Amino acid sequence: MLEAILLTVATAATPLLLAAIGELVVERSGVLNLGVEGMMLIGAVTGFGVALSTGSPWLGALAAIIAGSAFSLLFGFLTLTLVTNQVATGLALTLLGIGLSGQIGEAFVGMPGVRMGAISIPGLSSLPYVGKLFFGQDPLFYVSIALTAATAWFLFRTRAGLTLRAVGDSHGSAHALGIKVIGIRYLAVMFGGGCAGLAGAYLSLAYTPQWVENMTAGRGWIALALVVFASWRPWRVLAGAYLFGAITILQLHIQAISLNELGFLPAPLFWIAELVKSVPSQFLSSLPYLATVVVLVLISRNRRLTMMNTPASLGRPFVPDR
Amino acid sequence: MKKLILSLATATALTAAATTAAMAQMDKVKACFIYVGPIGDFGWSYQHDQGRLAVEKELGDKVETAYLESVPEGADAERAIERFARSGCNIVFTTSFGYMDATNKVAAKFPDVKFEHATGYKREHPNVSTYNSRFYEGRYVQGVIAASLSKAGTAGYIASFPIPEVVMGINAFMLGAQSVNKDFKVKVVWANTWFDPGKEADAAKALIDQGADIITQHTDSTAPMQVASERGIKAFGQASDMIKFGPETQLTSIIDNWSPYYIKRVKAVLDGTWEQVDVWAGMPEGEVVMAPYTNMPDDVKAKAEAVEAKIKSGEFNPFTGPVNKQDGTPWLKDGEVSDDGTLLGMNFYVEGVDDKLPQ
Repeated sequence: MLEAILLTVATAATPLLLAAIGELVVERSGVLNLGVEGMMLIGAVTGFGVALSTGSPWLGALAAIIAGSAFSLLFGFLTLTLVTNQVATGLALTLLGIGLSGQIGEAFVGMPGVRMGAISIPGLSSLPYVGKLFFGQDPLFYVSIALTAATAWFLFRTRAGLTLRAVGDSHGSAHALGIKVIGIRYLAVMFGGGCAGLAGAYLSLAYTPQWVENMTAGRGWIALALVVFASWRPWRVLAGAYLFGAITILQLHIQAISLNELGFLPAPLFWIAELVKSVPSQFLSSLPYLATVVVLVLISRNRRLTMMNTPASLGRPFVPDR
Repeated sequence: MKKLILSLATATALTAAATTAAMAQMDKVKACFIYVGPIGDFGWSYQHDQGRLAVEKELGDKVETAYLESVPEGADAERAIERFARSGCNIVFTTSFGYMDATNKVAAKFPDVKFEHATGYKREHPNVSTYNSRFYEGRYVQGVIAASLSKAGTAGYIASFPIPEVVMGINAFMLGAQSVNKDFKVKVVWANTWFDPGKEADAAKALIDQGADIITQHTDSTAPMQVASERGIKAFGQASDMIKFGPETQLTSIIDNWSPYYIKRVKAVLDGTWEQVDVWAGMPEGEVVMAPYTNMPDDVKAKAEAVEAKIKSGEFNPFTGPVNKQDGTPWLKDGEVSDDGTLLGMNFYVEGVDDKLPQ
């Protein structure tokens, strides 16, 4: 039972993690791209379509990364080259992504997709309790963990990572040092687009292998919140994604379980269960969002800490010759 | 005084004449539809759009249709409805419960436009009709099948929002199941959304992990069907035939067939015979259709078909006593049939449902 719950938590957390890691890199470079939801949808529909026509979920995932990146280039061109307002452009990207993906996906509606199956390692996958959790999940789960580790290493342990953070903290100084601010931001935006595309493909290939309009159902926005929640740190993004996933899944289990089945619990625990069960489900459903708000309030209370972590140039336009 | 009465009478006569003129036949009608989800949801909104297409097919160039999809319930809905009313629509179908107040508000401003609101109960103006389907008839049949097939004796029910429509469905499912197995259990999870494939899939997984071996849903995506199929258990489709998503999983599905009603109502506008109605049709009228019974033994299929036939002929009503409420107090006496008013305002569970109804 516990293993089953943890497995579903991992599937709920993976798309959030993928999208949020991408956005984290974008924001670390000083760009705020609110188009995550739109890029995810473009990735989801592309991944689904390519997997369906080629029969390979891997090609689907690859195509989703490319499509997400290409779509984010539009955002890059507008905000970095034409220096439009990042917030407005990002919102427009989401709206465009919702509409465009619906248009592209019209032919895919009502078609069962190609599932990216879970991996299976003989011996290891059948270990009791932890086998499936560590060795029997879908491949993108491992990709998401590896991506988190790689991002953490890149940002804080490499020279290129330092350069990217420098661009995000003070694009003026970076420019004075001869760093190509715009070029680096383009790369970061494309990385973010690729990650969001992959996150979308996770939904349409592994989570629920089908295409339906607007199937991300707000996950892109949660990914955005997670980046702030994690104060722009990769491992904290992972923790946040899993916390969010855990609350989402647990509230469903709390609803499904009946008190009669908990009769074996000792009295104090049973009372707690009774209390939890008496909470309206609408409230339980909103818990993940409430938790995000609470953490945001808590972390923003310490102004110095917030200032230290926030990329100082976040959302500010950069024009080289000024 | 006499003069006043006379002029009043003339005025009345004039108004009457004007009304008759308005009621006259039309050459072409513009029918407009507002959907809460995308037409590609393959569920609720998809089926309404199928109804719209059926109208186009039936009436050909006598009708022009338009639709707006994914219109959120609330302030946006009112704007959308008003836009349609202004743009020359003769009849506007608003196809979600949450459009109720917006529909009535706009109807007050456009007395010449006909409004048809699905699943609601407010008809504050003569140009507002309400219509609904008795989906619970299908859910009763599903309950019969579930209790006949389940080895665990437990079904999982993914519910959307605690509105009468959904509560009624859970109760009908429970009563159908109890007609086969008195001790049958139904576990309910409220997803608090109509449409979120990921969340619906998670809810299905949670229910299966907790021992349910039949899944039924009152949310709109095909995700629960896929989860059931992956886990090798059986499930019921929702709103449309979802057999493609679970060829070895779907037992049957309640198909919302709005076409007969939409054709009838648009025709009525054409003929000038449109009148305010409050329609609640079901299996007998062909509005609630069961997808083919699949993936079950012949005897269960026969049982389901027999129940369906009895409901279709009007011989049997799923809400027939004796039925107690969840707390054990009597609701319907032996042989007593529930009135529609109680069903449309249903805010209580019947005995045996193991869940606390969110209020």
